[in-house]
Amino acid sequence: MTIQANTLRASSARRVAAEVPKIIIYVLLTLVAIVSLFPLYWLFNTALTPATSTVKLPPDLIPMNATLNNFTEIIRTAGTSKIPIPGSAEPLVIPRIYLWFINTAFIAIFSTAVHVLFDSMAGYAFAKRKFPGSNVLFWLILAALMIPGQVTLVPLYLMITRMGLVNTFPGVILPGLADVIGIFLLKQYIQTLPSELEEAARIDGASEWMIYTKIILPLTVPALAVTAIFSFQRYWNSFLWPLIVLQTPDLFTLQVGLSFIHTSEFGTNYGMMMAGAALAAIPMIIFFFAFQKYFMQGLRIGAIKG
Amino acid sequence: MNTTLTARSTPLQRIVRFWNKHKWSYFFIFPSMLLFFLFIAYPVAQAFLLAFQKVDLRGSAWVGLKNFQDLADSRLFWDSMRHTFIYAFFVVAAWITSSMLVASLIQPLSNKIQSLFRGAFYLPNVISIVVISLVWIWIFEPDYGFFNYLLGLVGLPRVLWLQDPDIALWSIVLSTILIVPGSGVVLYSAAMGSIPREYYEAADVEGANALQKLINITFPLLKPTTLYLTVIYTIAGFQIFERVYIMTGGGPINATTTIVQLIFQTAFSDFNYGRASAQALILFAIIATFSILQFKFLSTDVEY
Repeated sequence: MTIQANTLRASSARRVAAEVPKIIIYVLLTLVAIVSLFPLYWLFNTALTPATSTVKLPPDLIPMNATLNNFTEIIRTAGTSKIPIPGSAEPLVIPRIYLWFINTAFIAIFSTAVHVLFDSMAGYAFAKRKFPGSNVLFWLILAALMIPGQVTLVPLYLMITRMGLVNTFPGVILPGLADVIGIFLLKQYIQTLPSELEEAARIDGASEWMIYTKIILPLTVPALAVTAIFSFQRYWNSFLWPLIVLQTPDLFTLQVGLSFIHTSEFGTNYGMMMAGAALAAIPMIIFFFAFQKYFMQGLRIGAIKG
Repeated sequence: MNTTLTARSTPLQRIVRFWNKHKWSYFFIFPSMLLFFLFIAYPVAQAFLLAFQKVDLRGSAWVGLKNFQDLADSRLFWDSMRHTFIYAFFVVAAWITSSMLVASLIQPLSNKIQSLFRGAFYLPNVISIVVISLVWIWIFEPDYGFFNYLLGLVGLPRVLWLQDPDIALWSIVLSTILIVPGSGVVLYSAAMGSIPREYYEAADVEGANALQKLINITFPLLKPTTLYLTVIYTIAGFQIFERVYIMTGGGPINATTTIVQLIFQTAFSDFNYGRASAQALILFAIIATFSILQFKFLSTDVEY
C-alpha cells in the first residue's frame, strides 16, 4: 500500500516535471521552425504583396492587400514564345514561362521514368543474379558515388559539343541520366526480397522478363516510389548542367529561366522575382505534401550502409 | 558419355553456353552500364587527361603539370579554397548541431506531433537552391530587405549583407545555416527512436542526470548517423555553387568565389578547359580525403 502510494506520487511528480519542459520544448521548436520556414514564407508574402508596397518600410509582414499582379508581371516579363503548329501558318503564341514549366516537367518526368526502369533492371541483376563481372561493376558504381559531378562537367560539355547536342534537350537529358544512386538504392532493397517466388516462376516456365515485370517490380514498388520521388526532385531543381547546355530562352528550364531574369534589368523587381520563384517552388511543395511519407522513408533507405 | 561431350566442347559451344546462361543478366544491366561508362567513367578518365593539357576551342596540347602550377601561383585559387573551407566548416558544424538539437527536442513528443515537425523542417529542403537564393537576395536587400528592417527596429545601422566584401561570404553561410537540414532531423530522430529505453532506465537507476545520459548514451549511439551526415554535408559543403552563383556571382571583388564557382568561370567564361579540369580534380581529391578521414576518425561498430 505504502509502496503503491509512493510510486503513484513519484510518477505524478514526474509527469508534472515532464509537462513543464514540454512547454519549453514546444516554444523552442516552434521558434526554430519559424526561422527555418521564414524564407519560404517571405517568398510567398512578397509574391502576393502589390509592387508598390514591396519597397517600403516597415514591410508588410502579412500580405494585407494580396494581389496576383506580380504573377502577371513575371509572365509578361518572361515574354512570349511562338510554337509552330504543323499544318497551320499561324504559330501558337504562349507566355514563355509556361514553356519553361513544360520544359522542366518534360525533362524531370522523362529522366525519372528512365531512372525507374533502368535502375530497377540493374538493381535486380546485381541483387539476385550471379554473373561474371557483377562484383567489379558494382564496385565501380560504388566508387562513382564518391566522385563529385564537377569532375565530369568539362569532359561532358566537350562531348556534347562534339555530338552537336549543345542547346538541345538530349544534351541536357542524356548526360544528366548518369546517376548511379538509384541502382544502389534498388539493389539494397531487392536483396531483401525472398527468392522463392522467382524460382517457382522459373520452374513454371516464366521468361526472365516476366519474372522481372510480374514478380520483382510489384514487390519493389515502395523503393521504386522513393527512387522516382528523389529523382524527380533532383531533375526539377537541377541547375548547373541545364545552365551550361541551354542557350535559347525558349528551351530554358524554370531554374535557368529564373536565373536569366534575375541577371536581367528586371532582377531588382523583387515582388515579380518572388512570384517567379513561387511558380518554381509550388509544384515541389505540392509534391512534398503528396509524397511526404516516401521522402522520409527514402532518407532512411539511403542512409543504411550509405 | 555426357561428361566427355562437355569436356570436348569447342570454344564456340562454350561461348554459346555462357551466353545462354548469362544473356539476361547482361541484358538487365546493359542500359545502366552504357550510361555509366559513356557519361561517368569515360568523362572521369577524360578529366584526368584534360588536367594535363592546354585545351581550348582550337585544340589541345600536353603541358604536364602546368595547370596545377598555375593554380598554385593563383591568388584567386587560394582565396576560393579558403572561402570553400570556411563555408564547409561552418555549415557542417551548424547543421550537425542544429539537426541533432531539433531531433532531441522532438523526441519526447507524440508520434503525430513528431511527424508534423519533421515535415515542417524538411519542407524548405525540397525547394531548389535557385529559388531559396533569390529569396535571400531579397531578405539581404540593403534598403528594404527584411534583415536591415530588423536591424533598424533595434536601432542598429544597416549592413551591406552581400555588397560588403568582408561580410558577403558570412551572409551566404548564414543563409545556409538558418535553415535546419531536414535530412539530419529525420535521420537523427529515427536513430534516437531506435535506442532501447532500457539503457536510459538503467542510467536512471544509477542516478545519472539528463546531461550524463546525453553524453554517455545518446551521443555514442548516434555516432553512425553523425558520421553519415558529416560525410554527406561535408561533400555538399565543398560543392557549394548555386548560392554563390545566384546571390553574388562570386563577388564583390571575388570575396565569395568558391571552388565550383571558379571551375565554372574558368571553363565557361575563360574557356580554359584544362585548368578547369585541374581545379575539379583538386576538389575531388579534397572530398575523397575528407570522406576517408571522417570514416577513420568517426567510425565505430555500434550495434544495438
